[in-house]
Amino acid sequence: MTASDRPKLAVWKFASCDGCQLTLLDCEDELLGIAEKVEISHFLEASSATDPGPYDLSLVEGSVTTQQDVERINHIRAVSRRLVTIGACATAGGVQALRNYADVAEFQAVVYARPDYIATLATSTPISAHVPVDFELRGCPIDRGQLVEVITAYLAGRKPDVPAHSVCFECKQRGTTCVTVAHGTPCLGPVTHAGCGALCPAYGRGCYGCFGPSNSTNFPSFIPLLRRDGMDTLDIVRVLRTFNTAAPEFDAASRKELGQ
Amino acid sequence: MADGAVVIDKAGLDALIAVLTGRGRTVVGPTVRDGAIVLAKISGGDELPYGWGVELEAGTYRLRAREDGAAFAHSAGPQSWKTFLHPPRERQWSADRGADGELTVTEDRTPPPSYAFLGVRPCDLRAIAIQDRVLTGGRHVDPAYRGRRERAFLVAVECTEPGATCFCVSMGTGPAVGPGYDLALTEVLDAEGHRFLVRSGSAEGESVLAELPRRPADETTRTAARERVAEAAERMGRSMPLVDLQVLMRETLTAERWDDVAARCLTCGNCTMVCPTCFCTSVEDVTDLSGDHAERWRHWESCFDRDFSHLQAGPVRDSSHSRYRQWATHKLGTWFDQFGSSGCVGCGRCIVWCPVGIDITEEAHALNRERGGADGEGTP
Repeated sequence: MTASDRPKLAVWKFASCDGCQLTLLDCEDELLGIAEKVEISHFLEASSATDPGPYDLSLVEGSVTTQQDVERINHIRAVSRRLVTIGACATAGGVQALRNYADVAEFQAVVYARPDYIATLATSTPISAHVPVDFELRGCPIDRGQLVEVITAYLAGRKPDVPAHSVCFECKQRGTTCVTVAHGTPCLGPVTHAGCGALCPAYGRGCYGCFGPSNSTNFPSFIPLLRRDGMDTLDIVRVLRTFNTAAPEFDAASRKELGQ
Repeated sequence: MADGAVVIDKAGLDALIAVLTGRGRTVVGPTVRDGAIVLAKISGGDELPYGWGVELEAGTYRLRAREDGAAFAHSAGPQSWKTFLHPPRERQWSADRGADGELTVTEDRTPPPSYAFLGVRPCDLRAIAIQDRVLTGGRHVDPAYRGRRERAFLVAVECTEPGATCFCVSMGTGPAVGPGYDLALTEVLDAEGHRFLVRSGSAEGESVLAELPRRPADETTRTAARERVAEAAERMGRSMPLVDLQVLMRETLTAERWDDVAARCLTCGNCTMVCPTCFCTSVEDVTDLSGDHAERWRHWESCFDRDFSHLQAGPVRDSSHSRYRQWATHKLGTWFDQFGSSGCVGCGRCIVWCPVGIDITEEAHALNRERGGADGEGTP
């Protein structure tokens, strides 16, 4: 294919750590295949050469935290045929959404020598709070296999195979013994979106919810389980307030714990 | 004795594993791993869980050391044999588009493994028979399952140490072994030693037995084996209400109890994944980046997965109420209509591995009470 025949791919960064973009570069075995099938038109982490668009597929990392971000995401949406958010920041606001519970002016005063140089919004919000999103890929960071699947599915014009059920499905399919039932280890697996392949439980650790809520959560029944296994209110609030703190289900559960 | 029963000791059990391995079989049996007695490939008797038992409750599983050194004094673990016969993920075919645009579809024809399952509990033996009916007994036979199943050699071990979540007596599946085994063992530990009463149930079982160091079964061992199994029947931790469960499910479809259990259910899917008879799968077609290679993968699915009932306008079973009810009424009720038996064998796995400890026997009792049945009917 000539360059002009290939769909144009753009990768964008908002408030984030770059880890999800890096996942694309980590696709060592598939990266050349991807580069053959799409024209990488805008990907600053890989190349400073950019194409003004429009783009067939935009992958968006990061959350919206400034007024410039708001304007930029609207522009990106306008020049993108399909827009896929990648990672917890773009999908749920990221760990920086902890600011949503605090006074940003106070943070600025503590952190920066000249807070008046900082122009920021009071909240960190997911991309979907600002523009329509075609697909949201979960994870902190995203799973490499799922990213390739999303790009491949886009190229084939099919739906990506990205289940929204709990991590428990992945534990059981992988043959991992349940760390909660067998060891009494607190684990967010039953309320967390699959996609990581149940990585943490496979190494004897509880899931800490980096893929955000599954499509079917029941926190009133689940939270007492965390307590039984030794977590107190602060522990529970902390485990829910990490990378997906602003995901509506996690946010509501943590607020409820605090009686808010 | 006319029945050909023999007695083997621990060395005989080692020899059994060696003979089966020598016949080209992959021997799968219980072994201690990750704080549980799991089912995994074993290469020798030393990998069996000698001296380990389990303590079970709803939502809780703990490994416990046993002083008697028994190998099979544990009840159902985190997996069942379906992990091997009906694996979690399986490629069904792949397709390639050639340079001329011609499509070539290749069915997966990997030769099925030749398994020997060591330590199939009577409830699980029944579960295998149920999956046989589901996956090979109807008009549409699953050839991959049949290939694995036909080659499998089953060494059943009667239950002498039921768990607190076991209710095979209620379901008529144990603790004594039913039909379908190649060899059936009963573990006996007493002053006369650690030994196993062995009976054969097939020609191959007979020929394997002939290769083991053994002695004819004596009356003492026979009696001890019989008594241990009979005692186990008296020590079931759970029971179902003594009513027609199919009718109970049919008559309680609008019971308030479904709301109660729905409030507790996490819809995490664990119960269906550990259930030895749950057979649902879904297929996904995937392509590679080139678009010239496609594969169809089948994987376990669950009625607790919201998307499993997704039709054009959304999930048919959107609520946890409808999903739990679908599972329980199928397992205990409509399974009879569909396959002529109960879908539940009383192994208790769904009770143990439910993180919040939802207990299908307790739910059945509650439904029975709500229907107006005698309270506590059938409780031990």
